[in-house]
Amino acid sequence: MTLLDQVPSEAQLRRSAYRRRQTVYSVLVAASSTAALGTLLVIAVTGAPGWNRVRRSFLDPEIARDALPTVLSGLWLNVRLLACCAVGALLLGLVIAVLRTLRGPVFFPVRALAAGYTYTFRGLPLIIVLYLLTLGVPGLRLQGMPPVLVLGGIALVLTYGGYLAEVFRAGIESVHSSQLAAARSLGLTYRQTMRHVVLPQAVRRVAPPLLNDVVALQKDVGLVSLAGPIDAVRAAQIATAQTFNYTPYVVAGVLFVLLAIPLIAVTDWVTLRAARRQSGG
Amino acid sequence: MALLRCRGLRKEFGGHAVLDHLDLTVAEHQVVAVIGASGSGKSTLLRCVNLLDDLDDGTIELDGEDISDPRVDPDRVRRRIGMVFQAYNLFPHLSVLDNITLAPRRVHGRGRAEAEAQARELLDRVGLGAKADAYPDRLSGGQQQRVAIVRALANSPRLMLLDEVTSALDPELVGEVLAMIRDLKADGMTMVLATHEMGFAREVADQVCFLDAGRVVESGPPGQVLGEPTQPRTRQFLRRIIEAGRL
Ligand SMILES: Nc1ncnc2c1ncn2[C@@H]1O[C@H](COP(=O)(O)OP(=O)(O)OP(=O)(O)O)[C@@H](O)[C@H]1O
Ligand SMILES: [Mg+2]
Repeated sequence: MTLLDQVPSEAQLRRSAYRRRQTVYSVLVAASSTAALGTLLVIAVTGAPGWNRVRRSFLDPEIARDALPTVLSGLWLNVRLLACCAVGALLLGLVIAVLRTLRGPVFFPVRALAAGYTYTFRGLPLIIVLYLLTLGVPGLRLQGMPPVLVLGGIALVLTYGGYLAEVFRAGIESVHSSQLAAARSLGLTYRQTMRHVVLPQAVRRVAPPLLNDVVALQKDVGLVSLAGPIDAVRAAQIATAQTFNYTPYVVAGVLFVLLAIPLIAVTDWVTLRAARRQSGG
Repeated sequence: MALLRCRGLRKEFGGHAVLDHLDLTVAEHQVVAVIGASGSGKSTLLRCVNLLDDLDDGTIELDGEDISDPRVDPDRVRRRIGMVFQAYNLFPHLSVLDNITLAPRRVHGRGRAEAEAQARELLDRVGLGAKADAYPDRLSGGQQQRVAIVRALANSPRLMLLDEVTSALDPELVGEVLAMIRDLKADGMTMVLATHEMGFAREVADQVCFLDAGRVVESGPPGQVLGEPTQPRTRQFLRRIIEAGRL
C-alpha cells in the first residue's frame, strides 16, 4: 500500500516508463498483425476459384430474409427445449450425485444403479440415445406414449444428466471432510449436512463447468430435429430443400451463436467471480 | 456425579492402537485438560466422545446414558455436546449469524427471529456483535475461533470439547480465545480441552490428563501433574516442553 503523498523513487519511475513503452509497443504489434491476417484471409477466400458459387449457395441475402421467420420460430422451440432439458438434466445430475455419496449397505442397490447410470450414459453417444428413444420407444405402441419431442428431450436429459452428475460429484468431494465433521458435531443429520453445508459449497465451486455443459447442451438440442420436430435446424433443412440453397443453414448457425453468447457471457462471469473468490480468500 | 465417563476406550487405525484402554471421568462443571505429544491420541479421544469416530472397544457414558451403544442416535447425542476444532471449521458460505443459527434453527427447530436474537446476544457478550453479518473469510483467526465457540454454545451443550483451539492462531490472538474459555469456566461449563498451552492448562483446569500412546499415563490436579509428575514419561514430556519454552 502506498501513501498518497509518497514520492516514487528513481527506480520506480524508470520501471513505470519502461512499462508504458512496452504497452504501446504491444498494442501496435497486435493491431498490425490482426490487420495483416485479416487482409490475407479476405484475399484468400474471395480470390478462391469457387468463391462466387459458394457465395451464391451459402450467403444469398434474399433467401436468408425469406428463411428467417421459419428458422426463427424453429429456434423458439430450441429455446424452450433447452430451458426444460437444462433444468431436468441439472436436477437429475444433482440427485444422482447425491445418491452416489450415500454410505451403508442399505443403499448399495441405489449406489450401484446411480453408478451404472453415469457409466452408461457418459459412454453412449447422444445420437444413439436419441434414436433409441424417439424411434424405438414409439415402436412399442404403448398407450399414452408422449410425443417425439418429449422423448427427444428425455434423451438429452438422460445423456447430460450423466455428465452433470459427475461434475456435481466432483464438487461434493471437494468439500473438505472437516466441514462435515463440524456440521455433524452440531447435531445436524446427514441430510441436513448435505442440504445446508455440503451442497451449497459444492454447487458454488462447480458452477463454471456446469454452465459450460449447459452451453454444450444448447447446441445438442438441435439434434432432436433428427427425429422430426421442426426446430431451427429442421426448419433450415426444409427451406434448403425448397430452394436448393444452403443459406438457411448459415442463418440457423448465426442464430445459434447469438443464442449462445449470453449464456457464454454468464459462464465467463461466474468463472471469473469464482476465481476471484478463491484467490481473494 | 460424573457427566462423562469413558471406560477402556480403544481405537485402532490400520492395526495400530491410537487409544488403548483409556479411562477418563469428567465431573459436572469440571474442566479437564488433556495434554500429550503430537500423535498421542488427543484429537481421536475427542472425536470418539463426540461419536465422529467409531470405537473399537470400551464404553462412553454421558449423563449416565451409554452413548456408545449402537442403538443410540448419534445426532441426538451430538446436540448435547459442543465441539470446537483447531482449524475453526466455520462454514465459509454462511455469514457469522447464519453459522451460529444453523443448528438452533435446523436441529432444535427454533424460529429465525428467536435464534438470531440469541446469536446476537452471544456475539455481543464476546465483543463480536459488529461482525454478525460478515463472512468468515473477513475475520481474523482469533475472531473466527471465537465465532466457532459461540456456534457450539448456541446449542446450549452440556459438555464442550475443545481441540487445540489456539494452535492455529498467531500468539497475539491466543489471549482473546483463552479469555473466552475462562469466562465459560466461570459460567460453570463442563469442558474437555486438548491443549499445548501448559500455562493455561495449569490456570484453568481442575484436572490434567497426560496422554501417551493412547493411554492416560498420569492424571490429577494441574499443580501435581505439571509441577511434580511421578511418571518418567510425563517428566520427559514436560522437560521437552520447557526446553521449547512453552511452560
Ligand atoms: N483418520 C485416520 N486414519 C488413520 N490414522 C489416523 C486417523 N486419524 C488419526 N490417525 C492417527 O492416530 C494418531 C493419533 O492422532 P491424533 O490426531 O488423535 O493425535 P493428537 O494427539 O491430536 O496429535 P496433535 O497434537 O498433533 O493434534 C496419529 O498417529 C494419527 O496418524
Ligand atoms: Mg490433534
